Amino acid sequence: MFKDEIKRDVVVIGGGPAGLAAAISAKEVGAKGVLIIERDKRLGGILNQCIHDGFGLHWFKEALSGPEYAQRFIEKADQIGVEVMLSSMVMAIEPELRVHLSSRKGLLKIRAKAIILAMGCRERTQGAIMLPGTRPAGIFTAGAAQNLINLQNIMVGKRAVIMGSGDIGLIMARRLTLEGCEVLGVYEILPYPSGLPRNIQQCLVDYGIPLHLSSTVTELHGQSRLSGVTVAQVDEMRQPLKGSEKFVECDTLLLSVGLIPENELSRSAGVELDPISGGPIVDDTLMSSVEGIFSCGNVLHVHDLVDHVSEEAEKAGRFAAMLAMGEQRPAREFIPIRPGKGVRYCLPQRVSGTNDFTLSLRVISPMKDKRIVIRDQAGKKLISKIYPRLHPAVMVRIGVKGEKLAKVKALEVEVEG
Amino acid sequence: MAADIAQYDVVIVGAGVVGCAIARELSKFQLKVLVVEKELDVGMGTSSRNSGVIHSGIHYSPGSLRAKLNVQGNFMFEELCKALKVKMSYIGKLTVAQDDEEIKTLYHLKEQGEANGVPGMEILPPEKMELIQPGVQGKLALYTPSTGIVCPYTFTIRLAESAHLNGVKFLLGTQVTGITRDGETFQISTHRGDRLTTRVLINSAGLYSDAICRMLGIDEYKIYPCRGEYLILDKRFGHYLKTLVYPTPHHGKAGLGIHLTKTVDENILIGPSNEYVEEAEDIRTTKEIMGLLIEEGKRLLPGLSTSDVIRSFSGLRAKQTPPQVGGFKDFVIERRRDYPNFINLVGIESPGLTSSPAIALMVKDLVGEVLPLVKKEDFKSEIPGMVGYFHEQPEELKNELLSKDKDYGEIVCRCEGITKKEVMEAFQNLLGVKTLAALKYRARVMMGRCQGGFCLPRIVELLRKEFGVSPQELLLHKEGSYLFTGYVR
Repeated sequence: MFKDEIKRDVVVIGGGPAGLAAAISAKEVGAKGVLIIERDKRLGGILNQCIHDGFGLHWFKEALSGPEYAQRFIEKADQIGVEVMLSSMVMAIEPELRVHLSSRKGLLKIRAKAIILAMGCRERTQGAIMLPGTRPAGIFTAGAAQNLINLQNIMVGKRAVIMGSGDIGLIMARRLTLEGCEVLGVYEILPYPSGLPRNIQQCLVDYGIPLHLSSTVTELHGQSRLSGVTVAQVDEMRQPLKGSEKFVECDTLLLSVGLIPENELSRSAGVELDPISGGPIVDDTLMSSVEGIFSCGNVLHVHDLVDHVSEEAEKAGRFAAMLAMGEQRPAREFIPIRPGKGVRYCLPQRVSGTNDFTLSLRVISPMKDKRIVIRDQAGKKLISKIYPRLHPAVMVRIGVKGEKLAKVKALEVEVEG
Repeated sequence: MAADIAQYDVVIVGAGVVGCAIARELSKFQLKVLVVEKELDVGMGTSSRNSGVIHSGIHYSPGSLRAKLNVQGNFMFEELCKALKVKMSYIGKLTVAQDDEEIKTLYHLKEQGEANGVPGMEILPPEKMELIQPGVQGKLALYTPSTGIVCPYTFTIRLAESAHLNGVKFLLGTQVTGITRDGETFQISTHRGDRLTTRVLINSAGLYSDAICRMLGIDEYKIYPCRGEYLILDKRFGHYLKTLVYPTPHHGKAGLGIHLTKTVDENILIGPSNEYVEEAEDIRTTKEIMGLLIEEGKRLLPGLSTSDVIRSFSGLRAKQTPPQVGGFKDFVIERRRDYPNFINLVGIESPGLTSSPAIALMVKDLVGEVLPLVKKEDFKSEIPGMVGYFHEQPEELKNELLSKDKDYGEIVCRCEGITKKEVMEAFQNLLGVKTLAALKYRARVMMGRCQGGFCLPRIVELLRKEFGVSPQELLLHKEGSYLFTGYVR
């Protein structure tokens, strides 16, 4: 059953929106063997369970559902001859660009000229936020509940509390309500919501679901099925305020408390990670610290819009293909980009200085009428843009021209004013 | 339900590690044995909620049952785990002293260990400690190479499966509600209306052992549940621990102190804490203790952050000493004068897991005082299957298995690398337990860093497709722990 090593130009790990767009662009640029390895039975990734609309407003200039958005890429990939392996899971990546995978066909090894990491992210769990109390049934991450309801027609509960105001939690608040589950409220520990403003409006306000800011779930109750949760207001240090505790009777708790880029495979390949974004450190070609390994989408950093994922992935695919075909040599020297005041992280973390690139960043808290400024090592402003509203939930993207970086040694991006 | 009166030679109340070890030992003889357990699976109480350490036996006074059974049990583990296909490893332990007072305790422990027959102990200076566990801080340490680790619930399940393969019956999800003596036999009633009679009754009900005693009018025992909370860390820290590192225990404390324990699956546990609680079901975790554990963990493991915690849990020690007394009392393992056919086990807390094989031998001898023990010709010592999970097998074996069954090629639980085949086998387990927790404890699904976020929907899909399970039937762990309320429409 031992298989000889298979060889491909570009191997894309993950067949969600990032993997699809990256593979299509690699193929279009001219890479010959482009292979997507997907662990699920179908392509499309998390989009398959996102049956609400609002996808594609930027990319296709129309509102599509998740499956519709994915389908356009799936068809394109099929037309241009992107190769796909389904129900196949990559177990390890060697720094020498060898991929080990497990599939129904056997345990295979594939040698690639370039690898694109597009594994997406996972949801933060009850354990990771150390939620105290009992361990009854009825606690789900919002995404798992979304899968069960939308793909398997399974109802998770009758009276629900939602912890955290991430976008999936907001979408699920609406979804549960539409299916007859009473959603008692969304509890967000921060003084502002974590999800997009449009989701707050369309998923909570329009349905009369209360959003409790600076509030959180502090304890789980019930031995067999969840019988309720304790909720409390929190102070500036996010500590529960004594006396503000309240018992809320419910049988279901959905967690929407953050997404974590899924980089265990990247670690196995020796890819250096950014502790803040949670994803690989990349340059302007979206190449990681390991030559030949690229990354895009939510495995690189968590996006709020799939359209931006597609755009980023298209770029990763292009550069990976060029490297695989020998048309682009990796840069040896880089200009580092550092997040400064008011910026939580920015990406890419370093650039060659020769290409135009898009700088993606998130601010640390909501702000009004501020400037985002990019400076060089001498403090000289290269770019300065005014933003009437800045919000951590909304990724900021700034186009930077390579020609501006001729004599630049280091860059810093910060919020000013 | 079953209105008929079923007759047994031996009924064991409680399917924790001790009850299951006894069941397996007795399954070597021509006896009709039944295990009654209130939970839906074996090992759901204290047996699955501990550090999973096979202790060396330095902590208990020479001559005590705890000392004797601990050391004897420790010796028995390797062979037993081999037969039961359970991962275990003697990874050793450093008990570290930070000051002169603790150094005195170390020497005392070593002497005690010698008297108890603990092999290979050494007192080590810092430079030698460093060779065994880089980064360990302390003035002096006692090294006990015979300390080991095992997965406590896998061990319990395999003991039960082995017993089952050799003819022992298990009545799970069944609570004993009353016991009466009728001449030479006991009559047992359960909450499901079963009527059982048995010639020998064994109480291994752990946290409820005093309640079982009271059913027989024995009032001299009381169990004080003492909770220990733990945090489970991501596997990426597993490589950090080469051996176990414990602080030197202090007199009068109920446990052995908060420490790091590596599990056989490469996670690290921080814990356990030590609080007496009112109820034997109170396995909550608390904000206060979790905060304390993470602080302690950060001290012991540089680079640890809160986001490396994948889950918290707690377990209860079945203590015989009230909070104001603390400390340890010896195990009670007795054949009663007032009830000669009643074998009573009370207060089997730490080192209960380690001692379980030796306790089983001792109980077998007590049974032999009452019933003739005739060996079975066809006792099967080994159970089928492999040690560890598919992904842990050597490459050639994996390829061979996969060529015979393609379900080994499909990964269901991505964090732990568990295949569809393993999930299906776990669902078809020998004891017939159909809860989701049964899959967790047997196939390790949902136990990784995503805690089922990815695999729960896939497992549900698989159970529906392969076994026709309807979602409303699915329970998490207990009676009433339904996962879903129905179909959307």
